[in-house]
Amino acid sequence: MLSRTADHLYWMARYIERAENMARMLDVTYRMSLVQNAAQSEAALWVPLLHISDTVEDFQATYDEVTARNVIYYIAMDERNLSSIYNCLRAARENAHAVRVAMSSEMWENINSLWLEFQQMDKLLILDSGLSEFCDWVKSRSHLFRGVTYGTMLRDDGFRFTRLGGFIERADDMARLLDVKYHLLLPSASDVGGAVDYYEWSALLRSASAYEAYLKVYRDAVMPLRVAELLVLRHDMPRSLHACMDELTNILDQLSGDAGRECKRQAGEMHSSLHYGRIEDIFRGGLHEFLESFLRHNNRLGIEIQRTYLNAPSLNEAGLDESVSTLEQYQS
Amino acid sequence: MATIDYKNKILTAFDESFDSKKGVRPVYAAYADWLAGKDFSQLAQKSRDAELLFRRVGITFAVYGEEEGAERLIPFDVVPRILAANEWKRLSDGACQRVRALNMFLNDLYHGQDIIKAGVVPESILTNEMYRPEMQGVDVSGGVYAHIAGIDIVRTEADTFYVLEDNLRTPSGVSYMLEDRRMMMRLFPELFRNYPIAPVEHYPQLLLENLRAVAPRGANNPTVVLMTPGAYNSAYFEHAFLAQQMGIELVEGRDMFVKDNAVFMRTTEGPKQVDVIYRRIDDDFIDPLAFRQDSMLGVPGLISVYRNGGVALANAIGTGVADDKSTYIYVPEMIRFYLGEEPILSNVPTYKLSVADDRKYVLEHLAELVVKEVQGSGGYGMLVGPTSSKSQIEDFRLRILANPDNYIAQPTLALSTCPTLVEQGVAPRHVDLRPYVLTGKTTTVVPGALCRVAMNEGSLVVNSSQGGGTKDTWVLQC
Repeated sequence: MLSRTADHLYWMARYIERAENMARMLDVTYRMSLVQNAAQSEAALWVPLLHISDTVEDFQATYDEVTARNVIYYIAMDERNLSSIYNCLRAARENAHAVRVAMSSEMWENINSLWLEFQQMDKLLILDSGLSEFCDWVKSRSHLFRGVTYGTMLRDDGFRFTRLGGFIERADDMARLLDVKYHLLLPSASDVGGAVDYYEWSALLRSASAYEAYLKVYRDAVMPLRVAELLVLRHDMPRSLHACMDELTNILDQLSGDAGRECKRQAGEMHSSLHYGRIEDIFRGGLHEFLESFLRHNNRLGIEIQRTYLNAPSLNEAGLDESVSTLEQYQS
Repeated sequence: MATIDYKNKILTAFDESFDSKKGVRPVYAAYADWLAGKDFSQLAQKSRDAELLFRRVGITFAVYGEEEGAERLIPFDVVPRILAANEWKRLSDGACQRVRALNMFLNDLYHGQDIIKAGVVPESILTNEMYRPEMQGVDVSGGVYAHIAGIDIVRTEADTFYVLEDNLRTPSGVSYMLEDRRMMMRLFPELFRNYPIAPVEHYPQLLLENLRAVAPRGANNPTVVLMTPGAYNSAYFEHAFLAQQMGIELVEGRDMFVKDNAVFMRTTEGPKQVDVIYRRIDDDFIDPLAFRQDSMLGVPGLISVYRNGGVALANAIGTGVADDKSTYIYVPEMIRFYLGEEPILSNVPTYKLSVADDRKYVLEHLAELVVKEVQGSGGYGMLVGPTSSKSQIEDFRLRILANPDNYIAQPTLALSTCPTLVEQGVAPRHVDLRPYVLTGKTTTVVPGALCRVAMNEGSLVVNSSQGGGTKDTWVLQC
């Protein structure tokens, strides 16, 4: 298929997935803020969201103070924030608009009506009382779009590039979420197993729709090591890094043509470290170091996919490189 | 109750549905009966449903001069224009006849120029800006230049049809013919059970067949693509729609490149050769090496491949010289010259402002005439005398005097009216008709057309860029 078409489909899916994950993080932080202990400041609760999306500096350039209201607005609605849900949905719809031919008409209508609905929303109401509802809306529209994609799109390379974008993005978002949360909750790896706030860990699980799954798999109290195992190594947990790499390696194998050797090699390497990895080993070397390395590899894979298949110059590509380094700066 | 009832109205023009003496015309009889059983509010609701559906599907067009990327809906009217089988036969025969002659004219003009030698068309046509010397002596595949032609036809009396203009470059609007039909079938399925309406849905397949038919020799199973200027073009929806309906790639200039006298597109599996390009981009922008150097939309080297027969373009380069309004006046003579037939459809009497006598007459009668730019399109740069203010007329007079060769003038035709849903009910509004004539191995037309309607009372300008709307056109099969 046309490289530019593949590029638009790939980025359309990435932006939808990113919007969904931003909504998940926003929602879980908001819920935590409702039960937060008095010792924690408003800023301490909300700043991590900015770290996850690498927007601390931009945020500070725009706002004087880290307040719940400011961060929520910045992440959900702010047109100046390139990763805001607003901008993700707009970019997803624009990418779809450019290649509506390449998808089923149901998919196009779905994403177009998503955008029309979003534009009609009462932005102030979302800030005041409707945040959870809004986040649920974003999540369910993302589910709906994924569903209509699975249910109606021809199983051609267009379908594969759409999914490829979704899983690359999900792997990136999940690794960032875990990294930032772990970093904040556990300043050093030696604290593993120590006393932690039950709400914080269960909130992290909930943001990945993994709370019920955790209870089912471990039938035990929420423990940091197991949370990490579930979200990194369990292949049957659909938002885990392992599950993302399962999908990515499969999809890359199915793509037509012989160009993808290097992509497949990189994905295979990442996949085996998750497939054969043990959580104890990962913690011994440091979860943060592990996730950091994963993010770097995932980013490199994204660039390789871009270069191999989507090579026509892409506006979406800008900024791909620097994202990992800012995260590193924050954490070192 | 909704009815076609003009009894209290003074009809200013021939009405498609109603005769002030005999009442509802036979072709609308069944429809009028059906309409009589409907409330106005029901119709208005259907109209709102349609708007919602169109918006959700994204059937929009961008308007030049408005904020970039602004998307608007073209108003859709739920009352169809209905044509009897014999009326359509005449229209379609006439349109096909015209396109056959125009294709022969273009082939002749870019080769032996017999028609100039015979004195039927003046040699000055070679100085027309739309004439492309690059095309002189080039053999285009199948000798076809205008693969897709939109012929604008208006009616003034029961038996009087005029061709207003021929659109031979990149005529647009056919997606509305198809989408309006789809919408009508969705809103009023019962009408389609009871009316013998000729289908139009096969247009994209017919178009694809015609495009494949003009592939360069040697291309078996040719690759056809649709080339668009991009998502911000006013007709982007249509480009995407047609590409999808034909199952072909929708490409932009940057998706293609030229190598070894062939055109390729960049795909995820590497370069793939392209045989036929249905281009919806003007000549000027298609190749920065051949035409406008500042074009970012084209493919460098494309025209050189085209001239060598390595790729086919539809429509051909250089068709603009034949749909120019200064060439228009010769089309009836072309039909006689090339086909030896009498024109089935007439031209509107046309004054050339470059001719002294005509100019004198036109300048004295500006308030009665329609004046158009020779190369204008989309309803821009025209004066409709009877509906213009004195200052608008005087303003236009200065523009004409500054460059008389750039204008033609025609009598203001009383375009026929067609019942149309407006705020007050069903009222007559002026309409035109654009059938799409396709040429590959033969010249054909699907039984339907884009019907444009001027939504404002009394307005004669039907262009979508000027607030015109569209209607479904029903051709009855018996």
